[in-house]
Amino acid sequence: MSFKTFSRRGVMKAGVATGAALATPTLFTGAVWADAHTGFTNAPGDSTVTLGFNVPQTGAYADEGADELRAYQLAVKHLNGEGDGGMMNTFSERNLDGTGILGRRVEFVTGDTQTNSDAARASARSMIERDGAIMITGGSSSGVAIAVQGLCQDAGVIFMAGLTHSNDTTGKDRRANGFRHFFNTEMSGRALAPILEANYGSDRKAYHLTADYTWGWSQEGSMRTYTEALGWETVNTVLTPVGAGDFSSYLTPVANSGADVLILNHYGGDMVNSLTQAVQFGLRDLQVNGKQFEIIVPLFSRLMARGAGDAIKGIFGSTNWHWSLQDEGSQAFVRSFGQEYGFPPSQAAHTCYVQTLLYADAVTRAGTFNPCGVVEALEGFEFDGLGNGPTLYRADDHQCFKDVLVVRGKENPESEYDLLEIVEITPRETVTYPVDHPDFQGGALGTCNPGA
Amino acid sequence: MFGLNAKDARLYIIVLALLLFAPFLLNPFPEGSGLAQFNAGYPDMMQRLVIFGLFAVGFNILFGLTGYLSFGHAAFLGVGSYAGVWMFKLLTMNVIPALIISTLVAGLFSLLIGYISLRRSGIYFSILTLAFAQMCYSLAYSVLTPITGGETGLQLSLDDPRILGVQQTAQGNIPVPNLFGLPMNAATTLDVGAWSFTFSVGYYFAAFVFACAFYFTIRLFRSPFGLMLRAVKSNQSRMSYTGLNARPYTLAAFVISGMFAGLAGGLLVSMDPLAGAERMLWTASGEVVLMTILGGVGTLIGPILGAGVITYLEAIVSTINSTVLHNWFEALPDGLENFLVNIIYPFVGSGWHLTLGLVFVIVVCFLPGGIVEGGKRIGGLFTRKNKSSDSVKADSAAQPGPGE
Amino acid sequence: MESIILQLLNGLDKGSAYALIALGLTLIFGTLGVVNFAHGALFMMGAFIAVTLNMLLGISFEVEDPTRTDFLGNVMMVDTPYVVHWFGESFGNFLIDWSVPISVVVAIPVMALIGVAMERGLIRFFYKRPHADQILVTFGLAIVLQEIIKAFYGANPIPTPAPDAFVGSFDVGRILGFDAFAIMYPYWRLVYFFFAAVIIGLVFAFLQFTTFGMVVRAGMADRETVGLLGIDIDKRFVTMFAIAAIVAGLAGVMYTPILSPNYHMGMDFLVLSFVVVVVGGMGSLPGAVAAGFLLGILQSFASMTWIIELIPGINQVVIYLVAIVILLTRPRGLMGRKGVMEE
Repeated sequence: MSFKTFSRRGVMKAGVATGAALATPTLFTGAVWADAHTGFTNAPGDSTVTLGFNVPQTGAYADEGADELRAYQLAVKHLNGEGDGGMMNTFSERNLDGTGILGRRVEFVTGDTQTNSDAARASARSMIERDGAIMITGGSSSGVAIAVQGLCQDAGVIFMAGLTHSNDTTGKDRRANGFRHFFNTEMSGRALAPILEANYGSDRKAYHLTADYTWGWSQEGSMRTYTEALGWETVNTVLTPVGAGDFSSYLTPVANSGADVLILNHYGGDMVNSLTQAVQFGLRDLQVNGKQFEIIVPLFSRLMARGAGDAIKGIFGSTNWHWSLQDEGSQAFVRSFGQEYGFPPSQAAHTCYVQTLLYADAVTRAGTFNPCGVVEALEGFEFDGLGNGPTLYRADDHQCFKDVLVVRGKENPESEYDLLEIVEITPRETVTYPVDHPDFQGGALGTCNPGA
Repeated sequence: MFGLNAKDARLYIIVLALLLFAPFLLNPFPEGSGLAQFNAGYPDMMQRLVIFGLFAVGFNILFGLTGYLSFGHAAFLGVGSYAGVWMFKLLTMNVIPALIISTLVAGLFSLLIGYISLRRSGIYFSILTLAFAQMCYSLAYSVLTPITGGETGLQLSLDDPRILGVQQTAQGNIPVPNLFGLPMNAATTLDVGAWSFTFSVGYYFAAFVFACAFYFTIRLFRSPFGLMLRAVKSNQSRMSYTGLNARPYTLAAFVISGMFAGLAGGLLVSMDPLAGAERMLWTASGEVVLMTILGGVGTLIGPILGAGVITYLEAIVSTINSTVLHNWFEALPDGLENFLVNIIYPFVGSGWHLTLGLVFVIVVCFLPGGIVEGGKRIGGLFTRKNKSSDSVKADSAAQPGPGE
Repeated sequence: MESIILQLLNGLDKGSAYALIALGLTLIFGTLGVVNFAHGALFMMGAFIAVTLNMLLGISFEVEDPTRTDFLGNVMMVDTPYVVHWFGESFGNFLIDWSVPISVVVAIPVMALIGVAMERGLIRFFYKRPHADQILVTFGLAIVLQEIIKAFYGANPIPTPAPDAFVGSFDVGRILGFDAFAIMYPYWRLVYFFFAAVIIGLVFAFLQFTTFGMVVRAGMADRETVGLLGIDIDKRFVTMFAIAAIVAGLAGVMYTPILSPNYHMGMDFLVLSFVVVVVGGMGSLPGAVAAGFLLGILQSFASMTWIIELIPGINQVVIYLVAIVILLTRPRGLMGRKGVMEE
C-alpha cells in the first residue's frame, strides 16, 4: 500500500489539511524541469503518454468533431510509426521518427464537448483527472476553446486549440498554456479586403448580418475595419439570434436599404441558412446603385457549406486551409487522410492534425513533457512544411502567423468535396498584426503553469 | 436520531455513508483494466454527482410535493453560478461568501419569477417558467455579455479587482477557490494494489453541503409545511374551501427549490470557476425534470438516483470510443471482436444520446414511477410484505397530481 | 409601408410552420391527453423523408471519365442517376428536380405509418399514466429518433432545393397596388403559406363535417360523457395520432427548401411549438393556429432594425415575452377552455 499526494496548487496547505492524517506530502518545487519527469501534472510513465481529444460529438458541430477526431487518430498513428507518416515527412523539423513521443507510445482518450463550455470543461477535467491526459486539444467553437484553455491553464496541462476563429482566444483570453494554430477574424479581414477591392471595387455599401455572440461581433468588427479602409460604407449592422433558423425577417430589409453588398458574419448552421435564404430572396439577382449585388461569407467551413448547396457558388470567404493546396505538406496530408478514410480532410481536421504534430515535436525538442518546457519550445517557433507555408508561433500571444486562403464557392464542382476554389494565398506578412492591436487587448498570457 | 424517525434516520445514515465512501464505491475497477473506463471516482465526476443530486433534490421539493412542474429551473442554477463567479472576481476566492450570494440571488430571482408564474397552474405555469428561463438564457448569451461573458462563459482573469486576497498567485496564475485557504482542487490519492482512490477536498466539501441540504429536505418533507404542500398537490380547491390560501405555501416551496438550484450553481463554480450560459438553456431545465422523474417523483432518494444515472451516462458513455471497445474485446477472435464492436459502437461515444434516450424509454416502460418505484417492486417480489411499510417513498409517484 | 408588408409576409410564413406543428400537438393534447415531446421529432422525420427521396432519386451508377482526376489522382468517376438512365434525360431530371413536392405524396402514408407505429407501440400504454411519465417516454423517444437520423445522415445540414420552377420571387406589391418590384417575395415561401392554409383547412373541415370529427370534438370537450354514451373514443385515438403525425411530417417536408434539415431541427422547434400551443389555449385548435400566426408575425416585427435599436435583444426574447404577457392577462391563453391541463 502506498500513498502519493498531489495538488494543483498550494501543495503545502492541501497536504497539511487532507494529507496529514494519511501521509506526508511530497513537495515539488516546480520550475526545475530540465530532464526531470516529475514535478508537473500527469507526468507520463516510461512506456505510454496519454493525449486528450475533446471534440464535439453531439450537437450542430458533430460532423466537424468527427472529422477532427479522424485527424487526431491519424496523427497518433503517424507518431507511433504506423501508416505513411503523413506530414511528418514534410515537416521542417525532423525530430519525430515514429517512436511515439520521447520514446513513449502515444495513447489517447476522447470526450464530447457538446459545443457547450460547461460540458467541454467537464469532459476535459475527466481526461485530466481520470485518464491522466498530459495535453488537451480540440473544439469547434471559440466559446469552448476559451473555456477549456482557461481550465488547462489552471490544471497545468497544455491546450492546443482546434477550430477557433475568435480574436479572443489569443487576445483578451489568451493563456500561457494555450496555443492556437487556426487563424482569426482579424486575419480574415486583412486577407479578404484586397480581394474584395479587386473584384468589387472600392465604392460599395455593405450591410452586415451578425450572429449575436462574441465571435460574430469580433468578425463584424474586423470586416468593418478593413472594408471601411477600402472606402466601403457600412449601411447597417443587424444582430441575429444564434440558431435563428429562418432569417427572412433580417433579409427582407436588405434589398431596400441601398446596400449593394451583404456580409454574413455567421458560421455553421446559421451560415447555411442565412446564405441559402439570402439567395432565395433573390438578393444575388439585384442590381443596386448600378452594381451587381454581392454576398460575402468571411469564414467558410467546407463541411458545413455543403448544406447550402448551390447557394455558395461565387461567394468569397476565407479559410485556414484547403485540401486542394498543392504544396508538399498539404499533398502528403491529403494522401494520407484520403487513403485512410476515403475522402479529403476538412480545415478542422488539418489544424487538429498539425497541432498534434507541433505538440509532439515541441516535447521532443524540449526533452520533457513539462508544460513549461513545451511552452518554451513553442514560443517563437518557426516551422514549415505543414501546409500553410513558413509559420511562426508568436511568443507574445501564442498565435500562429501563416498564409491565409481566400476562397470562392466553385461554379462547377466535380465532387461533393470540391466546393471551394482558392482565389488567393494571402502571404503571412499581410495578415500579421502587431501585438498591441487594440482588438487583442485586455488580457495577458500570465506564466506557464506546470501544475503539481 | 437527529430528530428523524427511525426509517428516515436509516436512510440518512445510508446516504451519509455513500457520500463518505464514494471515492471507493465509484472506483470499483482496478486502474489499467479494461473496465476502468467505467470508473467514476475522479473528483470532477463525484462533484457533479452530488451537485446535480442537490439540484434535483431541490427541484423535487417543488415538483414532488406541490406537483407544480417548473420547466425553467436551470435559470436559477445559472444566476447562482454567475453570482458565485462575480463574488470570486470582486470579493474573495473563499467559497463561503460565493455560496451565500449564489443562494440569495437565486432566491430573489425565484421569488420574482415564482410570484408571477404561480398565478397560473398546470401547463400554463410550466410554460411561464420556461419562458422566463429562455429569456434569461437568450439575454445572457447575447445582450448581457458584459455581465455574463456570453458564449465563452464568465470566468476569472488575472486582473480581477479582488478586494480580499491576491489578484494573482506568486507564480502569476489565477488563484483557486478555497475554503479558508484549503484549495478546492487539492486531492490525495491512495494506491491500494492495482486500485487507485482519489480524495478531493472539493468533493468532500460539496458532499458536506449536500448532506446538510438533504437533512433539511427530510425535515421539510416530514414537517407540517411539507404536509401542506402535499395538500396542494392532492387537491388545491379542497384546500381553499377550508379557508387556506395555497399561494404562500407554493411560493415558499418555489423559492426554497430555487435557492437549492442557486446553491448547486454556487457549488459548481466553486469546483470549477466558470459559468456558461448553456446551463440555463431549456435542455438543462429539462434535464433536471428528467432526473427527478427517472428517479421517482416525490421520493426523497429518487432525484439523487436519477441525477446520478444521467450524469454518469453523460460523462462515462461519451468517452468510450472505438479504440476502447477494441481493447475490451482484444482477446476474442478478430471476426467476433469486430462484430461486437460494431454492435456496441452506435450506443457509446458520440452515440451516448441514443443510450440516454433508450434508458428513458426503458425505465418508464418497465419501472413506472421511476427507479425507486421499480426498486421497490423488485424488492417486493422477494420480501412479499412491504405495502405501507415504506416511508422512504412519501407519496405515490404514479398518482397524477395537480400541476403535472 | 413596404417593409411592414414584407415583415407581415415573413411573419405569415414563420407562422405557417408554427401553426402546423402546434396543430398536431394540440390534436394529441386535446384528444389523447398526451404531452408529446416527440412531436418535434415527427416534424424532423418529415423533413428527412424529403431528404431521403431526394437521395434515392439521385442514386447513381458511376462511369469513368478518363479526362478528369479526383483529389487522390485517380481517374474521376462521374455519376449518372438511375432515374435519368431509366426514364430519359428530361423526365428523370424532372423527378429529381421535383423531389420535394413528390415527397409530400410519399410522406402521407409514411408518416401515417410512423404515427400508428408510435401510438400502438408505445404511446397507448401511457394514456392513463401521469404526464411526468409521458414527458419522459416521449422525450426519450425523440432522442432515439434523432440519433437514428444522425447515424444515417450525419449532423450537418443537407440541402434539399425546391424545384427550379419555384426559384425566384413573385411581385406581391403589384397586386396590392404598389410600384413594380417594391415587394418581392420568393415563390416557395408563398407556396408554403398556401400549403399550410390548405392543410389547416382540411383538418378543420375533417373535424367539422365528418361524424368521426364530431366524435373527436365531443371527446375533446368532454371525454367522460362521450365515454358514457357508449362511444369507444380510444379506437379513434390511433387515427388522430396518425393525422397529427401527417400534419407535422408535411410541415417538415415542405419546410426543407427554406431550412436545410439537420437531425436536431425537431428539438429546435419543440419548445417553440409548446409555447404556441399554450398561448393559443389548451385544447383549442383555432387557438393554436391563431397563436402560431400571431407569434410568427410578432417575431418578424421584433427583428426590424429600429425596434432592435430601441430595445436591444428584443428579437431574442419576443416570443417568450408575448407568451408571458398573454398568459398573465388571459389565464387560459387566447382561446383555451377551463379545466384542460390545468390540473
